[in-house]
Amino acid sequence: MATTTVAPVATAAAAPGPVGNNRRWYEGATAHVVLIALLLVALYPIVYMIGTSFKAPDEILNNVNVLPRRFSPQNYAEGWIGIPGVTFGTFFLNSAVVAAGVVIGNVVACSLAAFAFARLKFPLRGFWFAIMIGTLLLPHHVLIVPQYVLFNSLEWINTPLPLIVPKFLATEAFFVFLMVQFMRGIPRSLDEAAEIDGCGPYRRFLFVVLPLTKPALVTTAVFSFIWTWNDFFTQLVYLNDLDAYTVPIGLRLFLDSSGQNAIAPMFAMSVLSLVPVFLFFLVFQRLIVDGINTSGIKG
Amino acid sequence: MADTAVRPAPAAGTTQTASRGRPGRRKEAVAGYVFLSPWLLGLFGITLLPMLYSLYLSFTDYDLLQDPEWVGLENYERMFTGDPQFWNAVVATVLFAVTSVPLKLAVALGVALLLYRNRRGVGLYRSLYYVPSLLGGSVAIAIVWQTLFGGQGAINEVLAVFGIPTRAWINDPSFALGTLVVLAAWQFGAPMVIFLAGLKQIPAEMFEAAALDGAGRFKQFWHVTLPLLSPVLFFNVVLETIAGFQGFTAAFVISGGTGGPADSTLLYTVYLYLRGFGDFQMGYASAMAWVFLVALGIITAIVFRSGSLWVHYADEGDR
Repeated sequence: MATTTVAPVATAAAAPGPVGNNRRWYEGATAHVVLIALLLVALYPIVYMIGTSFKAPDEILNNVNVLPRRFSPQNYAEGWIGIPGVTFGTFFLNSAVVAAGVVIGNVVACSLAAFAFARLKFPLRGFWFAIMIGTLLLPHHVLIVPQYVLFNSLEWINTPLPLIVPKFLATEAFFVFLMVQFMRGIPRSLDEAAEIDGCGPYRRFLFVVLPLTKPALVTTAVFSFIWTWNDFFTQLVYLNDLDAYTVPIGLRLFLDSSGQNAIAPMFAMSVLSLVPVFLFFLVFQRLIVDGINTSGIKG
Repeated sequence: MADTAVRPAPAAGTTQTASRGRPGRRKEAVAGYVFLSPWLLGLFGITLLPMLYSLYLSFTDYDLLQDPEWVGLENYERMFTGDPQFWNAVVATVLFAVTSVPLKLAVALGVALLLYRNRRGVGLYRSLYYVPSLLGGSVAIAIVWQTLFGGQGAINEVLAVFGIPTRAWINDPSFALGTLVVLAAWQFGAPMVIFLAGLKQIPAEMFEAAALDGAGRFKQFWHVTLPLLSPVLFFNVVLETIAGFQGFTAAFVISGGTGGPADSTLLYTVYLYLRGFGDFQMGYASAMAWVFLVALGIITAIVFRSGSLWVHYADEGDR
C-alpha cells in the first residue's frame, strides 16, 4: 500500500478534478489568486533573506524594500571569513563529512535490518519489530545525556563519530520502517525463484531485493542528507571545538558574536548554508514530496 | 504505545507466506539475526542500555568529572517543588504545542483543500509551498526570523501600514513565543502534502452523491471530506504533536541560547540542554529526560485513545 506512493506519480497532477469540470471559471481564477497571494506570504521570508544578503551595509536599515538598490555580493566574501580564525569552508567540509557518513550509514544499516524484518523468518521477529516501532516514538532528547556520557568516555567529542556511528547501527527507525514497507511490496515470487536457483538469503538480499528497493534507498539517502544538514541539536551537543563546527553551529556562533552589526554577511552565509538542501530539493523534488507520504498511511 | 503505533500499517507477522519445513529454515533464522545484528547492537548499545543508565543517573548528582553520587529522589523533588524555571519550561512547551499544532494543521488543510479543488498547476504549488517545511527547521531561518521580528525588523514595517504599534516582538515576553508559533505554522508544507494525498483517495462519487442530495460545499466538507480524511488528519495530529513538544532549534537560536525573555521561550528541550550541557548537571538533566519521556508517552496515548472517538475508517465494516 505505502509502496505505491514512493514511485513518482507523474500523471496525478494533470488529471481533471472530480468536481472541477462543471465549476464556473471565475471560481478557479479566484482560487488561483488566493493561492498565489498565500504563496507570496509563504515565500516572503526566504526572498527577504536572499535580498538582504545582497544589500550594502547602509541599506539594511534604510531600504525597506525586499530587493537591494545596489547589488553587493561582497557580503558573501565578508561572511565567509566573518569568524576569526576559521572560514566557512571548514564548516562546510565538516558538514559534508557528517552528512556523507550519515547517508551511507542509514542506507546500509537500515536496508539490512529491513530485509530481515520484511523477508526472513526467525524467532522473535514480531517482538523485535514491535520494539523497532516503539523506538520510532522515542524522543531523541531522552537519550542525549547518557549517549553523551558514553561518547565522552570513548573520547569521541569534537569528532564526527557520535553523529555518524549510531547511524551504522540502524538507530534511525523511521528509515527501517520505510524500507520494510517498500520491500513488502516486492513480489515474493522473485525471491522464491532465486531460492530455487540456489540463492541463499545473503545473495537474495544483494541481487534480488536490494536492486528493487532502490527508490526507497534513494528516499532514505535524500532525507538523511537534508535532516543531517539542517540538524542543530546533536551537533551543538557534540561539537564544541571551532575546527569541528558544522555549518549550523558556525552560523549560530556568527549570530552570537556579531549579531545585528553584520546582518548582511550573516544572511549571506545563511543563504549559502541552505544551498545544498535546496539543490537536493530541485533534483529530487517529486521524490521528496511523494516520500512524505510513505510512512505507512493509505496512499 | 508500541502496538497501537503499528495500526496504520499491516502488522508485522501477517504478510509472510507459509514456508513450512523447508530445509533452509534454520539457515534463514541464522541469517535473520545476522542481518539484524547492527540494529540489535544499536538497540542495546545506543538506545536501551543508555536509557537505563540515564534512569540511574536521574537518582544521582553527576557533573562528568566526579563519579555519580546517589541522591535518591532529590532531583525529582527539586524539579517539581523547588525549581520555578522547570514549570516555566513546562508552561512554555505546552503553550507552544497546543497553539502551533492546530494552527499549522488548519493552514495545511486549508491550502490542501484549495489545491485539491483546482488541480491545474497543483504540482508546482505543492513544491513551492513545501519549501518552508524544507528549510524552516534550520539555523539560517531562525536567524532570519530573529531579524524579521526584531525591533527594526520588516514585520514592523508591514504592521505599521495597518497602524499596529511596532515593538521588538522577540524581546517581549508576551509575544516571543508567538513568533515561534508563527514560524512553526509557516512550515505547513509537509502536513499539507499528506492531506493532499489523503484527499486524492476520496472517491469522487462521494461528492457527487452528496451534491445530488443537495449538500452545499460546507456540508460536503463537514459530512464527507472531514470524516473520510480523519485517518490522515489523525496521522498528522500524531506526527505534529510529537514534533511540537520537541521543538528546539528556533527557540534556542532566537533567544540567544537562553529561552528568554523571562523564560517565555524556554521550551522543555532548551531547558534540558541548558541544565545538562550548560551547567553539566547530568543527573538533573536525566531526571528531566525521564519525566519528558513519561509525559510524552501519556500525551501520545491520549491522542491515540481520542482517535477512536473521531477517526472514521472507511473499511471498518469489512473487518
